[in-house]
Amino acid sequence: MSTELLGVLVTYLLTLALAIPLGKYIARVYQGQKTLLDFLAPLERLLYRASGIDPTREMNWKQHLLALLTINLVWFVLAMVLLLTQGNLPLNPDGNPSMSPDLAFNTAISFLVNCNLQHYSGESGLTYFSQLTVITFLQFVSAATGMAAVVVLFNAFKEKSSEKLGNFFRYLVLSCTRILLPLCLVIAAILAFNGTPTSFDGKADIVTLQGDSVQVSRGPAAGMIAIKHLGTNGGGWFGVNSAHPLENPNYLTNMTELVAQVLIPIAMVIAFGVYIRRKKLAWTIFGVMTVGMLLLLVPMLLSETGGSPTLAQLHLLQPTGAMEGKEVRFGPAISAYWSTVTTIISTGSVNAMHDSTMPLSGTMQLLGMFINCFYGGCGVGILNYFIFLIIAVFISGLMVGRTPEFLGKKVEAREMKIATIIALLHPLLILAGTALACFTLTSYPDADWTVKPSAWLNNPGFHGFSEMLYEFTSSAANNGSGFEGLGDNNVFWNVSTGFVLLLGRFLPIIGPVAIAGLLARKRYVPESAGTLRTDTATFGFMTLAVILIIAALAFFPALVLGTLAEYFTIYQ
Amino acid sequence: MKTYLTASIKLTLVLLVLLAGVYPALVAGIGKLSPGGGGGETVSRNGKVVGFANVGQAFTQDRYFQGRPSAVNYNAAGSAGSNKGPSNPDYLATVQARIDTFLAHNPTVQRDQITAELVTASGSGLDPHLSPQAAYLQVARVAQARNLPEQRVRALVEQQVEAPLLGILGPEKVNVLQLNLALDALK
Repeated sequence: MSTELLGVLVTYLLTLALAIPLGKYIARVYQGQKTLLDFLAPLERLLYRASGIDPTREMNWKQHLLALLTINLVWFVLAMVLLLTQGNLPLNPDGNPSMSPDLAFNTAISFLVNCNLQHYSGESGLTYFSQLTVITFLQFVSAATGMAAVVVLFNAFKEKSSEKLGNFFRYLVLSCTRILLPLCLVIAAILAFNGTPTSFDGKADIVTLQGDSVQVSRGPAAGMIAIKHLGTNGGGWFGVNSAHPLENPNYLTNMTELVAQVLIPIAMVIAFGVYIRRKKLAWTIFGVMTVGMLLLLVPMLLSETGGSPTLAQLHLLQPTGAMEGKEVRFGPAISAYWSTVTTIISTGSVNAMHDSTMPLSGTMQLLGMFINCFYGGCGVGILNYFIFLIIAVFISGLMVGRTPEFLGKKVEAREMKIATIIALLHPLLILAGTALACFTLTSYPDADWTVKPSAWLNNPGFHGFSEMLYEFTSSAANNGSGFEGLGDNNVFWNVSTGFVLLLGRFLPIIGPVAIAGLLARKRYVPESAGTLRTDTATFGFMTLAVILIIAALAFFPALVLGTLAEYFTIYQ
Repeated sequence: MKTYLTASIKLTLVLLVLLAGVYPALVAGIGKLSPGGGGGETVSRNGKVVGFANVGQAFTQDRYFQGRPSAVNYNAAGSAGSNKGPSNPDYLATVQARIDTFLAHNPTVQRDQITAELVTASGSGLDPHLSPQAAYLQVARVAQARNLPEQRVRALVEQQVEAPLLGILGPEKVNVLQLNLALDALK
């Protein structure tokens, strides 16, 4: 096996080896059991007391959602104010300006919803103060929001029948202090010792070896890069994200960042099994997710390491694979793995430019975001998966002629309505958004915006269509990566994706939490010989089929117009 | 909503202190202990900083090994890839032009020996590395421009090849700035 493929394998196995104990630890944290980090309890008590919160007061599912939405609104207002005034705030050694209102709107929402779309470049678009108080802060709390929401789901299936599902603020705080912060310190230390900047110095002026005067952007980046991955946020300090040699200096940091982003999504599945004492169910879910990941990873690896067919026609050697938009220190193999995980788990950070990847890889990236639940984002991955699981329960229940049940609770019309609406919301947002963009581009090519529609696309033909499709997919999936050639910093993209981001975040949280809350209230029906078991391989296969049919097929026509058409054009 | 508004505002403020104040300060403290002291690792010659260890530089003269094409001309005030897709005809014309330029400067190299990274833009525009293969392709040109025996230049590249992580993970590579510094130091 080549050293490049071995790097992929070792990185994944290392992730698993760390995620399993972490999952058990996470389950202990949320259940209030003893852990090694109990010395942090006074800090948490201080946070509760300062904000007048009683962490022992239990909430029902509606109160949970109300608390979640309220604090998210506070964060949105805070972020807007800071971004609109950043030019006049401290910690701005490079003299960067305040944001325009539409860009601030997009940026605030994008980081609030754990997406990190980034229609600006970090070097020139943000001050260090905003990088910390808006970007880093939201990267922590948006991840913690997703985690707190999924604990509500855990609680709903823990007890036989209950209205009381824990305290939202307690889960939010514990996610930050017990899980995200400690791990981030470790990751940031690894990055700092491998060359990622941590100090508050502004740009450095240097004269290069051959005598050119250039500047080098810097800043306290290591801490932000740690949480951007651990919290599956993905927004980079520098414009090109983790392709930047200061953001991701070598193969070791690359492995660290890869492990960090997949860690909590896998650990959460493990934690689910421990928490509700149904380990077999958790392993079934993990199995389906892993098979799904491999279905996307293998074609991507093959197409990237196989190299570009159009460059092969120019007689170029491509010993490691397609190199446009890639960095030599990583190479195409691990970059293909990165592209896979960053799109299935909604991180959206990149270590290679997706716009320049092969058409088959682009297809897999889009599919990863259409499905959005193979491991999935921090906390929200399981929520997304839960929707498909409920639909699978219902369909298989009907197929074998039994009342659909999940973990002893009857799934009825109301739950199914919610699940269906949430499942169909995703294609609606993406396809309607892309259609609107195409319409604008063809009907108003000269609209007087910062970037005219006629200048939006960086590539002609099918690939240009893919750039627009990708942008809306990334927004609806709260992913944040992009076909970055798209000229997206203008009022059309900032506002349209801003609304897609909001809907794509909060409805898929509200829906599953509501279903879980409704199920939790119902009478527990003990399992019997007539119960359809949900922790078997057969049911796992059923869920995978539901996911592929609903999530993947809905988008097939759009893929045909974009990446697939490009594929058949260049592989003749 | 009112029930939770006060608690939300207060919790936001204390978390802001913890996550945007204490945490970055701790990381900056850790960074102080690292090589480069947290401001990025620099490379000096005769006491003068000539670059950052991890950030690529433009080399345009024949007497230096040249890195990959860059969408930002190696000005690290910003960063960018080309974002060109594989089916873009303008892009393919650009690559063809780069091939022709490379062949003109390296007359001993055959067209079908060129590795793709020499004529494709990196992701960051600041890629500091080349594969060993791409460096070896430039040996004859550099040796001739400097009036050095090819053998010595080739040996120098061999010395500069960085092994994969732990010898087994990831690609081999050569840091172009380090290689050129070593080249300048050759007598």
